[in-house]
Amino acid sequence: MSRPDAIVIGGGLHGCSTALHLARRGVRALVLEKDHVGRHASGVNAGGVRQLGRHVAEIPLSVAAMVLWHRIAELVGDDCGFESHGQIKVAENEAELAAGRDRVAQLNALGFTHEEVVDEAELRRLVPAIADHCVGAVVSRGDGAALPYRTTLAFKRRAESLGARFVEGAAVSRVARAGGGWRVETAAGEAHEAPVLVNCAGAWADRVAAQLGEPAPLEPMALMLMITARMPPFVKPVVGATGRTLSFKQFANGTVLIGGGMRGRAWRDENRTELDFASLSINARTVWDLFPIMRGATIVRAWAGIEGRMPDDIPVIGPSATELGAFHAFGFSAHGFQLGPIVGRILADLIIDGRTDLPIEPFRIQRFRQMAEA
Amino acid sequence: MSATKDQYDLAVIGAGPAGLAAATLAAQRGLSTVLLDEQEAPGGQIYRAITRTPLRNPGVLGPDYWHGAELTGPFRDSGADHLPGTTVWSVSRDLEIGLSRQGAARILPVKHVILATGALERPFPIPGWTLPGVMGAGAAQILLKASGLVAQGNVVLAGSGPLLWLLAWQYLRAGARIDAILDTTPRENWRAALPQLGAFLRSDYVGKGVRLLFEVRRKVKVYSGVSELKALGDGRVQMVSFRQGDGEEWRLPADTLLLHQGVIPNINLANAIGCAQTWDETQRCWTPQVDAWGATTVPGVAVAGDGAGIGGALAAEHRGRLAALDALLRLGRIDRVERDRSAAPHRDALERAQQGRDFLDTLYSPAKPFRVPPDDTIVCRCEEVTAGQVREAVALGCSGPNQTKSFLRCGMGPCQGRLCGPTVTEVIAEARGVSPAEVGYYRLRPPVKPITLAELASLPKSEADVAAVLGRH
Repeated sequence: MSRPDAIVIGGGLHGCSTALHLARRGVRALVLEKDHVGRHASGVNAGGVRQLGRHVAEIPLSVAAMVLWHRIAELVGDDCGFESHGQIKVAENEAELAAGRDRVAQLNALGFTHEEVVDEAELRRLVPAIADHCVGAVVSRGDGAALPYRTTLAFKRRAESLGARFVEGAAVSRVARAGGGWRVETAAGEAHEAPVLVNCAGAWADRVAAQLGEPAPLEPMALMLMITARMPPFVKPVVGATGRTLSFKQFANGTVLIGGGMRGRAWRDENRTELDFASLSINARTVWDLFPIMRGATIVRAWAGIEGRMPDDIPVIGPSATELGAFHAFGFSAHGFQLGPIVGRILADLIIDGRTDLPIEPFRIQRFRQMAEA
Repeated sequence: MSATKDQYDLAVIGAGPAGLAAATLAAQRGLSTVLLDEQEAPGGQIYRAITRTPLRNPGVLGPDYWHGAELTGPFRDSGADHLPGTTVWSVSRDLEIGLSRQGAARILPVKHVILATGALERPFPIPGWTLPGVMGAGAAQILLKASGLVAQGNVVLAGSGPLLWLLAWQYLRAGARIDAILDTTPRENWRAALPQLGAFLRSDYVGKGVRLLFEVRRKVKVYSGVSELKALGDGRVQMVSFRQGDGEEWRLPADTLLLHQGVIPNINLANAIGCAQTWDETQRCWTPQVDAWGATTVPGVAVAGDGAGIGGALAAEHRGRLAALDALLRLGRIDRVERDRSAAPHRDALERAQQGRDFLDTLYSPAKPFRVPPDDTIVCRCEEVTAGQVREAVALGCSGPNQTKSFLRCGMGPCQGRLCGPTVTEVIAEARGVSPAEVGYYRLRPPVKPITLAELASLPKSEADVAAVLGRH
């Protein structure tokens, strides 16, 4: 049996980031990962590093995370493939552009200035390949994209070098109180005890929460992505749409990643996803409409990662409402990658100082109890 | 023939010997059957262009090739629909087949699927194997069969295995020039294969194999025990260098270098469907896990022929018929007694066809340095990843091919790992000091063959599909 200072369940980006930030402050975490680090949503997502278009509650965290992203090599010793060419949400008609203006005005009133409206000329300067019918866009110039698996592995390696320990292939079978702390048992028959427990179990995190007696209405989902063969370079920023779902980016090697929230089917007990080509076809149609240059593109692969979604599409971050010494960070609902670097710091602050300087009230797990009672 | 139906009882994917035999038997016994194949004419790779090859002199390609004509005739008369020029890029667990044909994609629902996806050449990663002028012997053989073309200039063949010698023989018959054959069969393989020699000597392979070998050796200089093979050249191959055992380095001029070290099952579609697969230690490749009828671990999906483990063309034919009989049982057309009774002659024929196979597998098991290459050799051609980079990624914590794929992009290119998969598995296994079975293989994803954005966008969509995606209910 091992006795670390904290046990983190889940070796995704948030688990690795938590272990890293704890280690930086001298707290030795043990990370238990049922498969291998970065196996699911953390390793196979679109890699968007995006403040643009976020839920208002997430913006303070997202802005703080962005500061860390721009110095990511200082934090983890690897540039994580992070490049900042901005993110752009294209308006295909005047009504969409008007909605963008309203959004930016709302953010400005709250004191956030990272989003701005640009006209058609500036849109074409930023994205020369965009279709003729597009009339403008909302832009967040400091945004960008990174390589998700490389990022997750960099967080893991840095955490390890500072004293964290990772066990892969360790599925948690039971979480129980032991003395003043926690006893965590794995399917392989190992047991670990620590005063602190952190639930970063992603699409499986509701099961950990259930063992703490906390309802967490998490829905496992499979978000689909597809990628093309190499094309000549034609776009630098990450491009999305306003009236339909799209996430579109070209890598330095020329391949183009196409995503945008299209869902396949997820079987989380089997680690299995199945793609829905009818939905991907709609995605392909969107690309056809917005990027005429893509009409001759070849799709070489499509895939889906398993992610946890909450009913209100924002995550759970913060202490357990039922048990002392237990903390959650899960349910990022398909937009957790950019928040990874800051969420680990928030949890380390909560665990060590009992408080954090970022507003995490909206992410309380209690909200679901209130929802159930309402 | 063309497919006019909206659905079928059975789809057979691949029109080589296994697929032709399976579709023929199934259609003859009443299943509505469609045979889907990438090529414009039936035959697969082994009988490529059997109905239309320009090489009408049967002496060039040999009687084993012309046996293929005995499969295409009955298939034509069987009542099965044939969809040539069709790329299958996905099969779902609900047995919906995603296919592309003539620039448009569609989804075809069926009740049972037999994958007859055959074999592909084992990767042969040596320094310089990506140079123009270096190609697989199998690819050269296809050019010969389909177009009557042979390589010009200085031609060197290198590697091991029956196909290498067969191609040499066919080249000579076609009047082509071969400068040298560099035989990489490790000498110790002879000792290992000796216990299986008896069975081999009783097999059909012996007579024709030995005749063919002697004929080639009489006409071409053969270097045996070849190691440290390299393709050299500026912009294209100009020279090959090698050693014989520990001897000094040889160099030969070469405008074309044809490489071959056996074939392995083409498992990509079975893998993407989610069929369990196992590592075959003798053939050193991954094979789908199948029962005696070719049934995989996924209900309704069977694999027949070399795609379920290399057994050769004759065996493939019989395995195709067995899979078709099992499909008839599973679709309720015959009972178990009838299936087993009908299968008996095919089982006997299969056993005969497989005799001597163990000897060949052991004798021609490729040498380790050609499976687990040195650091500076490219293993993933699509993304230009070297063996050394894979080893570095292992040192950084990547414990299997899916991690090195995410980390290095190896296996992420258009070939989806066909040209690097087995090498990456073995390189990681060696670096970690564990077995390839423990290291595992790529999780492959549809589309298993590239499709165009236009094809994908053209997929028929129902109003319900659109509503579900856009969140309208």
